[in-house]
Amino acid sequence: MTATQERPDTAAAKEIGRDRRRKEDQRLITGRSRWTDNITLPGMLHLAMVRSPFAHATITGIDVTEAQAAPNVVAVLTGKDLGESQGACINAWAITTDQVTPAHVPMPSDRVAFAGETVAVVVARSAAAARDAAELVDVEYDELPAALDLKEAAAADAEHGVLAHPDLGTNRSALWTFDSAEAGTGGDADQAIARARAEGIVIEREYRQQRLIPAFMEPRSTVVDPTGEQITMWSATQIPHILRFALAASTGVPESKIRVIAPDVGGGFGGKLQQTPEEMITFAVARRLGKPVKYTETRSESLMTAHHGRDQWQRLTLAAEKDGTVTGLKVELIADLGAYVSLIGGGVPVLGAFMYNAIYKFPAYHFSCQTVLTNKTWTDAYRGAGRPEATYAIERLMDELAAEVGVDPFVVREKNWITKEEFPFTTVAGLEYDTGDYESATREAKDRFGYDELRAEQRRRREAGDRVQLGIGVSTFTEMCGLAPSRVLGSLNYGAGGWEHASVRMLATGTVEVTTGASAHGQGHETAFSQIVADRLGVAFEDVEILHGDTSIASKGLDTYGSRSLVVGGEALVRAADKVIEKAKPIAAHLLEASVDDIEFSAGRFGVRGTDQGLAMAEIAMAAFAAHNLPDGIEPSLDSDATYDPVNFNYPHGTHLCAMEVDTETGGVLMRKYTCVDDVGTVINPMIVEGQVHGGLAQGIAQALWEEAVYDDSGTLVSGSFVDYLLPTSADTISFDVSHRSTASTTNTLGTKGVGEAGTIASTPAVVNAVVDAIRHLGIDDIQMPCTPERVWRAIHDVAGGGGTDTEGAAAPHFDASTGMQGTVDRTDGADR
Amino acid sequence: MTRIEVTVDGSKVTDDVEPRMLLVQYLRETLGKTGTVVGCDTSNCGACTVHLDGRSVKSCNVLAVQASGHEVTTIEGLAATGGHADGQLHPVQEAFRECHGLQCGFCTPGMIMQAVDLLNENPSPTEEDVRLGMEGNLCRCTGYHNIVKSVLHAAGGAR
Repeated sequence: MTATQERPDTAAAKEIGRDRRRKEDQRLITGRSRWTDNITLPGMLHLAMVRSPFAHATITGIDVTEAQAAPNVVAVLTGKDLGESQGACINAWAITTDQVTPAHVPMPSDRVAFAGETVAVVVARSAAAARDAAELVDVEYDELPAALDLKEAAAADAEHGVLAHPDLGTNRSALWTFDSAEAGTGGDADQAIARARAEGIVIEREYRQQRLIPAFMEPRSTVVDPTGEQITMWSATQIPHILRFALAASTGVPESKIRVIAPDVGGGFGGKLQQTPEEMITFAVARRLGKPVKYTETRSESLMTAHHGRDQWQRLTLAAEKDGTVTGLKVELIADLGAYVSLIGGGVPVLGAFMYNAIYKFPAYHFSCQTVLTNKTWTDAYRGAGRPEATYAIERLMDELAAEVGVDPFVVREKNWITKEEFPFTTVAGLEYDTGDYESATREAKDRFGYDELRAEQRRRREAGDRVQLGIGVSTFTEMCGLAPSRVLGSLNYGAGGWEHASVRMLATGTVEVTTGASAHGQGHETAFSQIVADRLGVAFEDVEILHGDTSIASKGLDTYGSRSLVVGGEALVRAADKVIEKAKPIAAHLLEASVDDIEFSAGRFGVRGTDQGLAMAEIAMAAFAAHNLPDGIEPSLDSDATYDPVNFNYPHGTHLCAMEVDTETGGVLMRKYTCVDDVGTVINPMIVEGQVHGGLAQGIAQALWEEAVYDDSGTLVSGSFVDYLLPTSADTISFDVSHRSTASTTNTLGTKGVGEAGTIASTPAVVNAVVDAIRHLGIDDIQMPCTPERVWRAIHDVAGGGGTDTEGAAAPHFDASTGMQGTVDRTDGADR
Repeated sequence: MTRIEVTVDGSKVTDDVEPRMLLVQYLRETLGKTGTVVGCDTSNCGACTVHLDGRSVKSCNVLAVQASGHEVTTIEGLAATGGHADGQLHPVQEAFRECHGLQCGFCTPGMIMQAVDLLNENPSPTEEDVRLGMEGNLCRCTGYHNIVKSVLHAAGGAR
């Protein structure tokens, strides 16, 4: 690994930048973990959900008699039984003031709107007994037509087509637009396109962002104990603080009477950024029965009902001059919300709206997004949330533009990107990018990748007509992360702020207890945050304890998503630690019999300027604790906290390069090499940063090549188990060449940038660009994701004279070419070109 | 109910279990060995991997009664196998920490148990051997990069 560190002034830094091994690991590698499903409480009861097999149906009757009489069953409850006590699932982001938002009762009593929705809950003394009895609940349904295809649903109205919620009279939830001419951030995109049609280049494409499933490894689990003064909920969630707010706001239970704990949480990737119906039902059942209850989903339930991600059609028009200088971009999206508007809901594509111009100086931009209700599982954030879609679209388009101009993909990128000297730069979408160095990241990535050599090999193999062709994919990405400045969120009509909180408690014995409102679920906060505090206060790494994920311990917070923990939560931490130092100074001055102005703090020691006298932080902590000899008017405590509201987003970037081999006879694709150089600002722990990138890459690559949530034409999820939903395995992936640069961000004290989503955002277009690049000479300019062998093979054979030979034998098609794509609910396949 | 006698992490236990009870349920719910976890319901993910008489099995795919008369080792008893001193980690556990082979840690017990079995079979694997040998265990966090590195590290050095 290489790193170019241009670190800001952290003179005393000895922990920041170190590959500290993680504090979290000891318990996790020895099985001493604290997953929610591990929790057992006295008298605890277990829940099993009875779920609708239909995508859309009226519930005409529920007979619970037999289930109620089954062994060890305590209760069987329906939506009618729980009534208003279940509260509601909240949409926190109405993207327009006229957004159509169907009421979302956790367990409806009259109608189900997607397959998997809960209609009854069985409470029993064991999980097995509850599961058995759930089979005995007899639900009668009148099946209704289901709105499944996204484009058809978008086009439907009360008279024509099928409505997901007939009472709403429309499937259209909201239309959100941005126009650079109106906003005063740029010109008119339509005019630019008209000009380009006359005398330049217009690239028009339609891309499908297939539906994905976050598929965190730990299935969701919730335990609720109502027996104390506070009702305690343990849940496998990314958002304990937001969840507590939502529980209180939607059930009327005072917030002060609710404690939410996220213990060890096994991954999230946005998938646990939700207030789920299951959590609400579990909460309601515990309150009703007055007993601790637990619900743990099966993997099948998780894939079917935990929120999905992406699922958009993107219609794109790029206008450029003949030399490849882009003059305008128009983006028209339709986005599938599924059956309900989830917590972030339509906010996901809106987050993407600001990133379509990416690293480029586009002079005109128009964006519109129609969010649409269908009778499928609801969608919400999945790693990147809006920004992968935007990055995919623009990085695919830039490759298409390069092909049209007839130049290397980097030529059009360099012609259009913001140069290093131009920062800070206000984009056509209205964001101010603080820093960036696209030139250096690109230069380094090309060197490491062996770009020129691979291009030469590609030429040779193309000329030789090799059966296996080589493709090289480029993705130069940036993202906005560090969600988010509260004022910006307010202007976008989001229901909360974007600040983060931290507190630092100086214990008498010299160790430090730190709380953060960020809520880790695999990222390594306990380690990285310890490194920050250790440096800031000059105490030992081992002496810092990071506490999180419990609303009673870390009482304030807005949790973890959107690559925000370090850039927002880390800044709160720095500010809280600095307050500790400021509070300690007068005490140190008093004890040292010096003026406060003469006290200098460095490497954990308060010294008197110009002398060798001084006291360690631990000594001041003890003095504050004893409080025997403090200056007048000084409180006997060094403890401090800080709530930090960012003033800007944060803009990591990078250059990703991918080499793919494509077998033109079978359509099989194989990754040969993946190199990326990401600029993620100051790096606290390089080992953790690399790990974040590796995992992000695998998820982005998986969208490009393997993963897709597929529904059949009755609205049943057919990719409903790990047999059918293809998470990559170790045998599918390769070792990545990952490195980073560090142009310090100016948006926070440490100069850090977010990294959690970078790999996912950047990699998907790099891979698809490589696949297309390998077979572009055959007349192919797109493969719909995931680029399965079937789709690649079809593309090769669909083009006139493509692919060379007709395939016989084992490589012959095993599917009926007349039926279109197998299994997908999309009736419209591929781009309308 | 069926009477079973199993040695779990070095201790002999005797229990009456339902014939349908899975080994993983027995470990978690009866014995409280919650270090072994359940990640799926189709035996794809491998999170529940333990050793049965020294060979890796997915404990969701074994009935508790099938383990009767056999020796089960879970992640919680792994360090004690092979004569590692009290409080010491097994070299594969150590390698996962050293190489950052885990993030959320949910798949980790299964990954480690599978890696131990793989290395018992093939003490000097190539990267390809590792990738094929770990294929039955899913991870969503690491992209496998550092898991592969961890196994190779445990085998005695990166290659």
